[in-house]
Amino acid sequence: MSTITELTETTLLRFATAGSVDDGKSTLVGRLLHDSKSVLTDQLEAVQRVSADRGQDAPDLALLTDGLRAEREQGITIDVAYRYFATPRRRFILADTPGHVQYTRNMVTGASTAELTVILVDARNGVVEQTRRHAAIAALLRVPHVVLAVNKMDLVEYKESVFAAIAEEFTAYASELGVPEITAIPISALAGDNVVEPSAHMDWYGGPTFLEHLESVPVAHDLSHCHARLPVQYVIRPQSADLPDYRGYAGQIAAGTFRVGEAVTVLPSGRATRISGIDLLGKPVNTAWTTQSVTVLLEDDIDISRGDLIVPSKDAPATTQDIEATVCHVADQPLTVGHRVLLKHGTRTVKAIVKDIPSRLTLDDLSLHPHPGQLVANDIGRVKIRTAEPLPVDSYADSRRTGSFILIDPADGTTLTAGMVGESFAAPEPVKDGTDDDGWDF
Amino acid sequence: MTATVAKTDEGTDTPYALSHLDALESEAVHIFREVAGEFERPVILFSGGKDSIVMLHLALKAFAPAPVPFSLLHVDTGHNFPEVLEYRDRTVEKHGLRLHVASVQDYIDRGVLRERPDGTRNPLQTLPLTEKIQAEKFDAVFGGGRRDEEKARAKERVFSLRDEFSQWDPRRQRPELWNLYNGRHAAGEHVRVFPLSNWTELDVWQYIAREGIELPQIYFAHEREVFNRGGMWLTAGEWGGPKADETVEKRLIRYRTVGDMSCTGAVDSDAVTLEQVITEIAASRLTERGATRADDKLSEAAMEDRKREGYF
Repeated sequence: MSTITELTETTLLRFATAGSVDDGKSTLVGRLLHDSKSVLTDQLEAVQRVSADRGQDAPDLALLTDGLRAEREQGITIDVAYRYFATPRRRFILADTPGHVQYTRNMVTGASTAELTVILVDARNGVVEQTRRHAAIAALLRVPHVVLAVNKMDLVEYKESVFAAIAEEFTAYASELGVPEITAIPISALAGDNVVEPSAHMDWYGGPTFLEHLESVPVAHDLSHCHARLPVQYVIRPQSADLPDYRGYAGQIAAGTFRVGEAVTVLPSGRATRISGIDLLGKPVNTAWTTQSVTVLLEDDIDISRGDLIVPSKDAPATTQDIEATVCHVADQPLTVGHRVLLKHGTRTVKAIVKDIPSRLTLDDLSLHPHPGQLVANDIGRVKIRTAEPLPVDSYADSRRTGSFILIDPADGTTLTAGMVGESFAAPEPVKDGTDDDGWDF
Repeated sequence: MTATVAKTDEGTDTPYALSHLDALESEAVHIFREVAGEFERPVILFSGGKDSIVMLHLALKAFAPAPVPFSLLHVDTGHNFPEVLEYRDRTVEKHGLRLHVASVQDYIDRGVLRERPDGTRNPLQTLPLTEKIQAEKFDAVFGGGRRDEEKARAKERVFSLRDEFSQWDPRRQRPELWNLYNGRHAAGEHVRVFPLSNWTELDVWQYIAREGIELPQIYFAHEREVFNRGGMWLTAGEWGGPKADETVEKRLIRYRTVGDMSCTGAVDSDAVTLEQVITEIAASRLTERGATRADDKLSEAAMEDRKREGYF
C-alpha cells in the first residue's frame, strides 16, 4: 500500500496567477505543468499538432491553457480556468486568470479562494500600472501569500540589480496595502530558470525556485485565535424507527474550531446550548475545524434551520441590518443606489437594498471618486447596504468566509457583486529596518 | 531587507491542514448539502462509472444517518456493459434509492433519433437526457464531470446554469466567489452541479481506495475479445463492431472509463487490484479521455460543442 499512502499524505494549495499575456503568464503556467510532468502525452501532442498547423516551430505552451473556442479564435483568455497538478509534496489547484479583458472580475474570482497569488512582471519593464492593480486586488481579497515573479530575467542578463530594484519597489507598495507576506523570485519562464529547476545563471539568488516555494508555503494557520463559525446548511432528521429523535445540523466549518461540550449560541435567534456531539462524515470526533464538513448535535432541542449560524457563546458576532463593505461589481448590468437585491451570506439569502455608493476606487493610483452613482462591471467601490433581516457578519479582515457575501439580481438570478465587509485594506505592516542587512536576503 | 524568506523546511503546515482528499471530500459534501438546501428536485446522473459511484458515496456520507434526499438518473445508451447494469441495480437496491432511466434505444425505436453511421451513441444522449429533465422537472442535476478531464471543462462552474434546452452559454455563467454558490434559475431552467470539479483522476482512485468503494469489475484487468479501431481497443458486440476489415483478438485489458460500448476503449493492463490500478495511473502518460473516448477525438472543440448542446 506504499503508493497510496505516499500519495495520500499531501496537502492542497489553491493559488491564482495574474499578469498579462505579454508578461509570459501562459508560458510560466505551461512551463510549470510541463516541467512538473503534469502535461500528458496526448495533450502535448494536440498542442504540437495545432502549433504545427499554424506554422509555429515550437509547441506553443500557451495552448495548454486556452480552453474555449472563442478564446482560441480571438487569441485571448476570457475567463478563469482551473488547472491541476501535483508533486510528491503537494497537490495544486491553479486559478489561471486573464490579464486583459474583465481582468478585475476574473482576478477577484480567482483570488477569493486562493491562499497564494502570483503576480508576474516583465524584468525589462518593472512595476507598471497593472502590477499595482494586481497587488491592490490581492490586498483587497486578503490573500495570505503573494509571490512576485520577476520574469524574463534572461533579457536583462540575469542582473541582480535589476531584480533587487523591482523587488524593493513592489514590496514597499504591497506592504503599504497591508499584504502580509511577499516573496520575490527572479525567473525566466521561457528558459526555465528558477521555475522548477534552480537557475545556473543567477548564483546571487539563494532562495527557493518558484515550485519549491509553492510546495512549502503554509496552507493552514493556527486556528486557536480565530472566531469559530458554522453556517447551518441542512438539518438532518432521519425520523426512522431506530433514530426517531435524531436532529443533526450539517455544515462546513467556515472558520476556527469547535469542541464537544462547548457552549454555543445560535444566530440570529440568540438561543444558547452546548455541543453534545460532532460527527465528521461518519466518525465521531471531539474537535473539528475549518474547512471540515461536519454534523453537529446539540444538547437542547431548539429551533434551528438552514441559514442560521452556530458560534461559541463567548465569541458571538453582533448582528446588524446595516452593512458597509468594499465590493467588486462582476455583472454587465450596473449596480445603482436604490437597487433592490438579494444578499447571500454563508447559507442565508435575504432581501436587501443598496442605500448608498459613497465612493469608487481607482486601482491604478488608489484614488477615491466620491458618489459615482453607480458601479459598472469590474468597478471596485464602497457600498452601504440595508438588509431585511439582521445578519451575523464578521469583518472580512477577520474571516474571509463569514466576512464575504454576494449580491444577486432577484429578477434574473445574475450574480451582481462580490462584497467584503469592513475596511478595504489592512493597516500597513511597520516597515522593517534594513540597516542590519548587507545585501538581499532571499 | 523587506522580501520575506520562504521556509523550505518540512513541517510548515499546522495540524489544522487537511489532507488533499479530506479537503476535496469536504468541498463535495458542502456542495451536496447546498443543493439539498436550495433546490426542490435534485437528481444524480448515475452511469455506473467510477465518478458517479464516488458521487453517490459522497452523497450517502453527506446526509447520513438519513437517506440521500435525491433520486438517480441513468441515461441508457442501450450499449451497456452487463457488469455495469448489474452493479447499478444492486446499488439502487442496497441503498433503497429511486432510479429514473432515459433510454436512447426508445428514441431510436420511436424514430425520434437515428443511429449514426459509426454506431456511436454518446452524442445521442443529449435529447433523452434533456426531455427527462423537463418531464420530471428536475431543477438540479449532479454530474461527475471534472475540470481536469478536458480543456473545455477547465472553465466549467460548480453550478452551471442551463436553459430549457439544457444549453450551456459561456457568457451566462456566473462568477463563483468564495464558496457562495448561486443556484437561482427561472422556471424550466436547471442547474448542472459538479461536486467533483476539483478532483483529478488520481484523486478519484485514491479516494476509492481509501474509502473501500466497490467498483464494477470492468475497471480491473480481465481477458476480453476486442478489436482495434482508431488506436483504441473496443469490445466486440452486437452494437456494430467489428467491421469486416477489423480482426478480433483476446487481450488482457481494463477500462479507465465506463460509457457507451461503441466508443469506450480499453487499455492494455495487468492491474487487477486497486493499488495496481493507482500505480498504473500515476505512471500513465495519457489522460483518460484521450486514451479511451472516441467521441472526444472528433474535433478539437468536440467537448465544447457538445456542452453547448446540453451534454453532461
